[in-house]
Amino acid sequence: MSEQAVADAPEQPPPVRARRHLLDNERFLAFGAMTPAVVYILALVGFPFVLAVVLAFSDVTVGDPSLDLVGFDTLRQVVADPVFWQSLRNTLVFTLVSNGLVVVLATALALILTKNFRGKWLVRFLVLLPWTTPVSLATITWLWTLDSIFSPIDWVLRQVGLIESNVIWLGHPKLALASVIVVHTWRIVPLAAVIIMAGMISIPGEIRDASDIDGARFWRRTLEIEIPLMAPIIGVAVLFGVILTVTDMTVVYVLTRGGPTNATQVLSSWAYFKGIEGGDLAQGAGTALFLLPVLIAVAALILRFARRRDVL
Amino acid sequence: MFVIETRGLTKRFGDTVAVDGIDLTSTEGEFLVLLGPSGCGKTTLLRLLAGLEEPSEGEIHIGGTLMNGLPPRTRKIAMVFQSYALYPHMTVHRNIAFPLRAEGIDKETQDQKVRWAAELLGIDRYLNRRPRQLSGGERQRVALARALVREPNVFLLDEPLSNLDAKLRAAARDDLLAFQRGIGTTTVYVTHDQVEAMGMGDRIAVMSEGRIRQLGTPEEVYADPADTFVATFIGSPPMNLLRDDGHIIGFRPENFRPASLIPADQHPTLFDFHVNRAEYLGSDRYLYGRVEGFDEHTKVIARVPVDATVLEGATHSFGVAATDLRLFDAATGLRIEGGRQ
Repeated sequence: MSEQAVADAPEQPPPVRARRHLLDNERFLAFGAMTPAVVYILALVGFPFVLAVVLAFSDVTVGDPSLDLVGFDTLRQVVADPVFWQSLRNTLVFTLVSNGLVVVLATALALILTKNFRGKWLVRFLVLLPWTTPVSLATITWLWTLDSIFSPIDWVLRQVGLIESNVIWLGHPKLALASVIVVHTWRIVPLAAVIIMAGMISIPGEIRDASDIDGARFWRRTLEIEIPLMAPIIGVAVLFGVILTVTDMTVVYVLTRGGPTNATQVLSSWAYFKGIEGGDLAQGAGTALFLLPVLIAVAALILRFARRRDVL
Repeated sequence: MFVIETRGLTKRFGDTVAVDGIDLTSTEGEFLVLLGPSGCGKTTLLRLLAGLEEPSEGEIHIGGTLMNGLPPRTRKIAMVFQSYALYPHMTVHRNIAFPLRAEGIDKETQDQKVRWAAELLGIDRYLNRRPRQLSGGERQRVALARALVREPNVFLLDEPLSNLDAKLRAAARDDLLAFQRGIGTTTVYVTHDQVEAMGMGDRIAVMSEGRIRQLGTPEEVYADPADTFVATFIGSPPMNLLRDDGHIIGFRPENFRPASLIPADQHPTLFDFHVNRAEYLGSDRYLYGRVEGFDEHTKVIARVPVDATVLEGATHSFGVAATDLRLFDAATGLRIEGGRQ
C-alpha cells in the first residue's frame, strides 16, 4: 500500500478489546444448551426404560416388591399366555390397517386443503379439531356414539331401514376391532394431513407449472409428480402414525377395555392390565418391552427411507 | 411458424396492476426479448401467454387462435423456467418423455423423440441420470429438450440463464441462440439482463410498471430510446441526461468526446466538462464529472479512448455531434424530436 493510500484511508476505530464473556464461549454454550434436554430425556425416558428392562428380568409384583432377578422366567411366562399373542396380532392389525387408512385419507385431505376454495379456513379448522381434543374426551364421545342402545349411528341406520335392531358395535369381536381402528384413524388423520400438507406446499410452484405446461392432468400430476416428491414427508407422517398407534392404549382402554374377550387387546393395553391393574409389574414391563424392537425397526426404516428419497 | 399477439392485455392481482394493457405482436420465428427491472411485469406477461395465469382483460392470440380460457396443455407452447423445474425424482429420459406420456404417445415414438431431442442438445449420455447429478448447464439443456420434444408452436423462456455462472452463461447464450435459429420457432425470452437482451433479441420489448416502454431492435432501443427510462435502463454506463429548461438533453457516454476530436461538419454542441475522476478499463477510459452550467449534482460520464489526454480535476471542452443528441420532454420523459431515426 502506498503512503498516499494509507493517508486517505478512513481512520480506523481503536481495536475493541476481546472480551471473554461466558456466553461467547461455544463449549460452555453447547454444554448449557444441551443439559436440560439430556436431563429431561434421562429422567423421563432413560430411567423408566432402564427400570422396565430391570423389572422384566425380575419377579416384582405389587404384593412382593422386592427386586429378585429371575432371568428370562418372566418373559417366558409373558409369551406363554395366549392373550399376549392375540394382543400382538391385534397390535399389528390395528397399526397396519389404521395407518394404511391414515396415509390414503390424509393425502387426499392434504390435496383438497391445498386447493383454493371458499371457506377453506373453516374446513381446515374442522379437520384439525380431532387432533386438538384431548384423546380421552374425544374417545368418550365415540363411546357414546357407538353405544349399544343409544347410538345415533344405529338410529340413523334404523330410520333408513338398513338394520332392524342395533348393531352393538363394541360387543362383537370383529366390529369392536373395526371401531377401535376407525376411531384411531379419525384421530391421527389430522396430524398426518397437516404434515403432508406442509410437504405439498414445499413442492416448488415451478414444478407444478411445468407439469401443467407439459399437459399433465390431475391424476398424472398427483401420482407421478406430487406423491413421489412428497414420499419422504409421507414417510415421516407414517413414522409418527405408527409410533402413536403402537404405543396408544387410550382408545382401546376407553372404548372396550380390550374386550370383548380380548378381541381388541393390544400390547400396550395388555401391559397396563397385567402390570398396573393386575399388579404383576414384572410381566407388565416384560410385555411392554416387546414394543421396543418394533418401534426401533420402524423408526430406523422410515428414517432411512426419508434420507434416500431426499431428492430436491 | 406462429405469431403471438396480445390486445389490451391486463392482469391485476388485487389492487396491483402487474400487466397494464399490453399490445404486442411478434413476427414469425422471431426471438423476442421482454426486458425490464424486477417487478415490471415481464414474467407475468409470459405466464399469461403460457396460460398459467388468466388475464383480467384483453386477448391473447397464438397463430391466429384466441387462447383466453384455454389451459396450458392445449396452447401448444413450451416453457423453460428459471429454476428449470425438472422433476427431481425422474431420470433425464423420463423428464424429457413426460410431455409425450401426457399426450398418450406410444412408447416407441416417445423413445425416438427423446433420443432425437437429447442428441440435438448433446445430453444423450445423461439419459439415465437424475437432475441432481447434472451441472447447471446440463440441467438447462434437459429443460430445453423437454420443451422441444413436443414440437411446440411457441417457446417461452423465463430467465433460463440466470442460474448459470458468468462463463457458462456466455456459452449457453450462444448455444441457445443457435438452437433457436436452427428450429426457427417463435420465442419469447424474459430477462432483466440488458447484455443478454441486446445480444440475443431480434427485437426487445423494454418494460416498466406493467407497460411496454419501447419495442424495437437492439440498435433502435439503444440509439433511439423512446423515453428517459429506456435511455437509462439500456446501456452501461447509461445515457447521460441533462435537464435544460423544459427539456432533457440525452447523449451516450461514447458520444461525449473531447471537442478537438469532433469534426466541425458534425456541428457539435459543446459543454465545459469538469472531470472529477478517471477510470482506466484497458480498452477505454471512463471519465466521471459534471457539466458547467447545469445542475451540479447531475453526474456525467464520458467514454474516451485510452490515449486521450484528460486531466482529473480540470475542466475540458467536450462536445456531442448533432446527430448523437436526443431530446426528451422534462415533464413526461418522452422523446420529443428525432435527431437520427
